[in-house]
Formats: sequence, C-alpha cells, structure tokens
Amino acid sequence: MNTGKTAAGILLLTLLAVAVQVGASVSGRDYYLTQLTMAAYTAAVVMGLSLLVGYTGQISLGHAGFVAIGAYTSAFLSTAPLAHASGTALGKSLLRFHVLASRPELYGDGTVVSLAPGLAFLAGLLLAGLVAVGIGYPALRLHGHYLAMATLGFGLIVYRLVLGTAFLGAADGISSVPPLPILPGVACTGEPGQRIANYYIAAGFTLMVLLFLLNLTDSRTGRALRAIHGSERAAAATGIDTAAYKLKVFVLSAILAAAAGGLLTFYRGSIGPSDAGAMKSVRYVAMVAAGGMASVWGALVVGFVLTFLSLRGCFGSFDDAVFGVVLIVIMSFTPEGPFGPLRTLVVRFRARRRPALANGESEKEIPRVVA
Amino acid sequence: MSQIVQFFFSGLTLGSIYAVVALGFNLIYSTTGILNFAQGEFLMLGGMTAVTLARFTPIPVAVVGAVVIVTLCGGVLEILFFRRLRRPTVLQMIIITIGLSIVIREVALHVWDEKVRSLSYFTGNECSSVRVLGAGISPQVFWVLGTVALVVLLLHLFLHRSLVGRAMRACASNPEAAMLAGINTGRMRTLAFMLSAGIGALGGCVISPITMTQYDSGAGLAIKGFAAAMLGGLGRPMPGVLGGLLVGLAEAFSVYFGMPAAYKDATAFGILVAVLFVRPQGLFSSGELQAGAQER
Repeated sequence: MNTGKTAAGILLLTLLAVAVQVGASVSGRDYYLTQLTMAAYTAAVVMGLSLLVGYTGQISLGHAGFVAIGAYTSAFLSTAPLAHASGTALGKSLLRFHVLASRPELYGDGTVVSLAPGLAFLAGLLLAGLVAVGIGYPALRLHGHYLAMATLGFGLIVYRLVLGTAFLGAADGISSVPPLPILPGVACTGEPGQRIANYYIAAGFTLMVLLFLLNLTDSRTGRALRAIHGSERAAAATGIDTAAYKLKVFVLSAILAAAAGGLLTFYRGSIGPSDAGAMKSVRYVAMVAAGGMASVWGALVVGFVLTFLSLRGCFGSFDDAVFGVVLIVIMSFTPEGPFGPLRTLVVRFRARRRPALANGESEKEIPRVVA
Repeated sequence: MSQIVQFFFSGLTLGSIYAVVALGFNLIYSTTGILNFAQGEFLMLGGMTAVTLARFTPIPVAVVGAVVIVTLCGGVLEILFFRRLRRPTVLQMIIITIGLSIVIREVALHVWDEKVRSLSYFTGNECSSVRVLGAGISPQVFWVLGTVALVVLLLHLFLHRSLVGRAMRACASNPEAAMLAGINTGRMRTLAFMLSAGIGALGGCVISPITMTQYDSGAGLAIKGFAAAMLGGLGRPMPGVLGGLLVGLAEAFSVYFGMPAAYKDATAFGILVAVLFVRPQGLFSSGELQAGAQER
C-alpha cells in the first residue's frame, strides 16, 4: 500500500469531517451531527468485521453480540449502585482515585455511587475479549456453514440473555447511563451542549480504528491473513500459524465492536436488547459486503453512509429490505465488492482517453508483440 | 404424570416442526451444498398463503393451494438466484440466502402487514382436547404429528425407491459422477428447492393454528431447524428428523425442570453451539465430517 496515498486519504477524510460539521452548524442543522456520530461508531464496528470477514475469510453472524457485551457491561457497571461502598474508608479512597464515581440521584437529592464510567468501559472491552477467546477457540476450528451457524447461535444466545435478564433491564434495557469523561470538560454523552465535541470524539475514534487497521493489513500480519483467506492449508504449509492468527483477529474485531458499542451507549445514554438482535449482525455483514469485503476504506465509507441514511429514515419502512437487497445484489454480481469492477472501468476509461500514457505500460505492448 | 405427558406432547409438536425445517435444510444442503438460511421463510409463506386462501376456499383446498404456490416460489428462487452462480464460495451462498430471507420477510410484511394470523383448527376448536394419560391434548397436535410422520415416510420412499429420488441422492453424494451418469444436476437442484419449499409450506400450514403465523416467524424456526439438522448431522435427512424431535423435547422439558421461560429459546441455541463445538458431525454419526463440510 502506498503510504503517501494513505496519508492523503486520511487528511482528506479529516477535512471532510470538519467540513461536514461546519456545514451542519452553519446551516443550523446541528441535529444531523447526532446521527453522524452514531453512524461513525457503527462504521468502526463494520471496519473491525471487515478485517475478520474480508481479509481472513471467517464469517461472523454474531457481531451484534459483541457490541451488546461492550454496551451492556458499560451501562450496567456504570449505573449499578454501590451504595454501601461510599460509607467505608475503602470506598472513600476509591472515590478519590476515581475508581468509583458519584452522581446525583435521578429522582431525589441523594447521590449514587457506581464504578467509574471509564473503568466500566474497559471492563466491557475485557469481557468481550474474554468471551471472544472462549467462543473463538472452538468456533474457528469450524469452516464455512458451521462457523456461520456457531456465530449466529452465539449472537442469539446473547440476545436472549439480555432480553430475559432482569438486572439488565429485560426488554427495556438500561437507561440514564452517566457520561464518560474523556478530557476535562469533555465527555462522551448525549447532552446537547456536547454535540459537536462528541461528533469529533466519534470521528477521532473511527479515524484511529481506520489508521490501526490500515497499518495492520499492510503488515506481515495482514499478509498472513490474506494468505489464510486464499487457502488455509497453503497458508499453514508456508508456516503461518493459522489458528492463532484467526483467533487474534476474531478477538480484535470483537474488542473493536465492544468499544464502539460502549461509546455508543455513553453517547445515547441507554442501551436496549434490539442492539443485540440477529438482524443487526446481518446488517454489519451486509455493510462489509457492500464495502468490498477486504477493504477497510470501503467498510468505513459504506458503513458510515448506509447507517446514516438508515438513521435519518431515508429507507422508510423498507429499512431492513434495503440491507437484504444489498446482500443479494452484491453477492450475486460482484462478490468482491462493487468498487473493484468500478475501478477497472475507470482505469480502462483513462487508458482509452490517454493512449500515449497507456502505451508506456507493458500490458498494452503485449498484443502488439504477439501480432 | 399427566404434566409430563403434557410437556412431552408439547415438545413433540414443536419438535416435529423443527424436524420439517431440518428436513428442508438437509434436502437442499445435500443436493446443492447450499445451507438455505431462508428455510424458515417457506413455513411462514405457507402459513400466510393458506390463511389468505382460507378466506375463499375450505381449509384443505387452501392448504393444498399454499403448498403448490410456495413450491413454485422455491423453484423460482433457485432458478433466479442460484442457477447462474458458477463456482459460488460458501460465504457467497450464506450471504445470498440471508439476503433472501430478509427480503422475503419484508415482502411478507408489506403484503400481509404485521398482524398475527392463524388458520382455524382442522378439527374442533381452541378448547377441544383429547385425553391421553390424563393430559389434555389438542386434536391439532395429532394433525401435526400425523402430517409430519406421513411427509417423512413419503420422502423416505421417494429418496430410496423412485428413480428421481435416487438421482437426487446421487447428486448429493457425488455431483460429477451423477452428471456423468446422465443426471441433469441443475434440474435436481431446482427440484430440491421445490421439495423443501413445499414440505416447509405444509409444515407451516399444520402448525399455524397452534403457534400462529406472523411475517417474522420464519427466522426463529430456521435457527431451531439448524440446531435439529446439526444434531442429526448436516446433510442427512432422516437423522435430522430425530434431531428435531430432540430439540423440541429439550426445549419443553427445560421449562419443566425450572429453567426460566424467558431463556427457553436459548436452550435450542445452546444445543446448536454445543453440538457444533463438540460433535460437528452430529450425534448419530460415527465418522468424520463429510468431505464437503471440511473446506468447500
């Protein structure tokens, strides 16, 4: 991959993000930023999944389960009251070191003491990582249909558990999640005054994920993953520890999903079981497919745009149907994603317009030699 | 005692529907190598079509009509979406069938809205019951069990006694050899889709009075059917039927033995994941995974 091109792309993306914010604020459409923020977090999940599905060729139909693990752990630990702790000496010192956090009671004048939101967030990542190891270790020995069903089953179990568990709010989910402080005066929260700041938090997070994944796919690891996708046996024969790589990628994409889920929860202030549903997992896969499978950039753009349009209600009552049609059309006609064929078209078009330049390439010379 | 019988029959009824779904999965999977995630949708379509037809015709005609219509739908789906795929990857096939299941569901939502519907009971009504060992069993349960048993029997005869059925099994065991023997494998694939669509539709009709039908009732059935098919070993129709009954019974008795009803659905998914991790070749098979299952 070309480092200069990547840098240019990232710079362009940053400028675009700033331009969108300025445009939205100047034209008085600040409310767009709310959906843009949520779309950015979803795009991060899609990018992480594209690493697993696109680069490594291992399907996961249960990624909403990992999003839910991150989201619910953050929400539960940061809201569960630890009233008895605030009185003790240990509790007081923990409060001073920001291990615990107190906030005013929602109804009444007392204060509630819970685990600090930052630690709750980290706990979500840790739990998602652990569960991913536990599920991934047996699941990744399976292939194709079997892996798809195992991950689907995992996602459905998570969904049923959060739906049926009273302390996770059952069908209502958990609401009034406190803000997650990031810098002094800046927090990940849905408060209207923090809307612009939160847009940049989400954009920054997504950019960081993008950079990290671009670097990863361009490294020795990335090449190993592509080799696994090509043929697992051939990869193993060249000395790639396929099982270890697959598990690492699975865990990594699960942690990314949990991180995005956690941040989204602090931003919205609530989490419900619908975010753990199987349809959500399928949507993530649909966006990976539409982005071109093994393309972090494609996953980012498609994940962001489709989620934003869906959140704005552009698809009306055909919301789910759009994702279904995307899946069928992309897989039937361009299984490598729509951007590959598009690029070929552009390259051909350019070659035709500038024959002098194209003649310099060896590709054009071959027919002449043969003739 | 009567309580156990009650749970037993409720498990058996649900289980036989899972068996129907598993049967559909296995037929298509063994003939085409496609795991049809839209299998549950066939049951939903069957139930919904029959409910609509039952407004104009007596129930038996409505059921037959629904089965015919859904069978044709199955054939059309195969011809439209799968026949033209040259060398599809597993990922491609999984994603296409998932896409199909979503689109079918959404079309059903727009055709029939989101109301819960049901066919009326084939004999008697909601309140009538037959006494079996002190437990009250709805006559519809016997309709379900009888229909499923008949379907399984006929299918078994078809696959083992008729020429077409044998040709279909030849496709399943070795497509290239089947082609060399003069079997039109493309047609067999279409037939497999039609058969499992038809069987699914019939299952959807007979269970409709008991569990009701809604535009999104297919997805849940599909997952339970997976669990059943996995339990019996993927691609093997008859053990899959047994798997279906086991999943249904496990679900019913998990509630009997004090599992919170809210987690009831998690039982089947737990079985699914456990079987995949421990015995992916299925409970009743001693051998290794089929060659196709390893790395297709």
